[in-house]
Amino acid sequence: MSYLLRRLAHAFLLIIGVSILAFLFTTLAPGNYFDEMRLNPQIAPETLVALRAQYQLDRPLPLRYISWLNSVFHGQMGFSFAYNAPVAPLLLVRAKNTLLLTVTATLLAWGIALPLGVWSAERLGQFPDRVISWGTAALLVVPDLALALGLLVLAVRTHWFPTGGMTSVEFESLSTLNKIRDLALHMMLPVAALVLSTLPLLVRHVRAAVAEVLHAPFLLAAEGHGIPRITLLFRYALPAAANPLLSLFGFSIGALLSGSLLIEVVMSWPGLGPFLLEAILARDIYIVIGGVLFSTIFLAAGNFLTDVLLYWLDPRIRTESASR
Amino acid sequence: MIRRRKVKIWLLVLGVLHSIVICAGFLAPYDPVEQDRKNPYLPPMRVHIVDARKHFHVRPFVYAFQLRPGAFDQYVEDATQPRPLKFFVTGDRYRLLSLFAARFHLFGVENGRIHLLGTDAFGRDQFSRLLFGGQISLFAGLLGAAFTLFIGWCIGAVAGYFGGWRDDVLMRVAELFLALPWLYLLFALRAFLPLTVNPLQAFFLIVAVIAAVGWARPARLVRGIVLSAKEHDFVRAARGFGASNFYLLRRHILPETSSVLLTQAAILIPQYILAEMTLSFLGLGVPEPVPSWGNLLSNLQQYSVLVSYWWMYLPALAMVPFFLGYLGLASALQERPNPYTIERRSLGSLA
Repeated sequence: MSYLLRRLAHAFLLIIGVSILAFLFTTLAPGNYFDEMRLNPQIAPETLVALRAQYQLDRPLPLRYISWLNSVFHGQMGFSFAYNAPVAPLLLVRAKNTLLLTVTATLLAWGIALPLGVWSAERLGQFPDRVISWGTAALLVVPDLALALGLLVLAVRTHWFPTGGMTSVEFESLSTLNKIRDLALHMMLPVAALVLSTLPLLVRHVRAAVAEVLHAPFLLAAEGHGIPRITLLFRYALPAAANPLLSLFGFSIGALLSGSLLIEVVMSWPGLGPFLLEAILARDIYIVIGGVLFSTIFLAAGNFLTDVLLYWLDPRIRTESASR
Repeated sequence: MIRRRKVKIWLLVLGVLHSIVICAGFLAPYDPVEQDRKNPYLPPMRVHIVDARKHFHVRPFVYAFQLRPGAFDQYVEDATQPRPLKFFVTGDRYRLLSLFAARFHLFGVENGRIHLLGTDAFGRDQFSRLLFGGQISLFAGLLGAAFTLFIGWCIGAVAGYFGGWRDDVLMRVAELFLALPWLYLLFALRAFLPLTVNPLQAFFLIVAVIAAVGWARPARLVRGIVLSAKEHDFVRAARGFGASNFYLLRRHILPETSSVLLTQAAILIPQYILAEMTLSFLGLGVPEPVPSWGNLLSNLQQYSVLVSYWWMYLPALAMVPFFLGYLGLASALQERPNPYTIERRSLGSLA
């Protein structure tokens, strides 16, 4: 148990470290949200000074960090200049949209990658394995930016899928069933882009992990007992190969909030991606810090989940941590 | 031996690809920022060898475009205006390798202009912009990777060689950087740097940002190698003879990291090219009018461009061969005899 506690403490330290790092970078940053107002002759310099004081931009960094921490514990995570509202609720709305997209894509990608990888490993070096290897290699050399834009161009030219946004204009007037359909249609492109960009890595890892155990003596013994091939592969081989895959799965969980930034921007999905980009361009620093912190919390959670799963599934780790 | 040959082949492929981009001035028919406002969004010109009357021509030619009657942004080929392709023509002035001024171009046409990949909103030649943009993107990737590897190398060497609290501190920070997704880190780092800068500053800013993001993984790898290398008997012997730390690192330990650094370079460079593209695509990188692979694509963020001018997408495919090259190189460098295939073969002979 002390092992898990140590991992938890580690995750917590990571989050603290990232928040401090993010704050440090704000001091290095030249300019702030109110700088552009200085050019406006209708705003008096005193107003700007007052504004800076109001948002505590004139206070030294440690004090700002402490007051920000305080607001984190009150569920606010600082204050957005542009929206004139606490950051956390703003981020939550966007994060929900992002999660809708990424959870679907992650489930889909794993759902495709597991059977494909296992199949590929079972037929190592044979025709199916070659096709899959070439397919993943082809997907791997097309960068996600080109992939997403390509899908977008395709959709625009064929009119198969709606492009941009999350819902149609008439969304509010639709029946529940049609609402779901509309949403699913809008999700199609970004989800496809996400799945295609993560799939090759997953398939390759599953293939490598399963290929490693496939010729272990215990599997030969199981085969000798006449256990059906499918059961053998998914019931016996896959769990034995789970160790590296669990780490990868934890990574997938950790990337839920951060893996889709670019694709969201390209597909104009109203998630964290476009929101953060906008905040960066406007120098709305607390939103940026909040976004980074949000994704770090997910990352830490993903890492911790991996540790828990490995601890639960792999007896070697339990004994190792007990002997320490 | 096969591995070595594979590495050589991929290096050759990459060499050819990079020389194409380095010779952008010679291969591109026009200056990348030269505008032709009367011809915005021309579609790619097709190179013909058979004309409208089914006559065969030895010298390839393109047709000029004319506006489709009744439309203001759609062009059709004008069969009455062939433009024969001329090779080694004199045209816009450029500097080859930014050293030699020259006016020679590989190809061009005499009356009018030739646009193999069409033109953008200002009538600038997309083909020329693509080639010159590659110089920015590839150079950013290479320079960024070089910086990253240098930083990672130094940090890894210090952490691995001296150990103790230095190791602890450096590796905790490295874990922090490893934990964060790189695009986020890139975003965050870029967010806190000046937004409006001139192209040259922007370029070096991006290189610095990209380099600062990725040092952790090479540092950890180098540290691992240094940790094991400093326990070699010949290193201990040299230490016994009174060799200084610096001498030991330089003469005996760091040379062992070269293969890891090479592999890391092959992995990092395409990532960094993509990082530059992403930043420039989002408007956080190299600004107009200087072309880069990223900001060539940023036009596509406008819906009208996406709908009407699909050829603006073509530059996105330019990096695919580069990615293929680096991926091939990386996997050739990492290749080891596969224990499973050997095991499999012996099992097969058993059965």
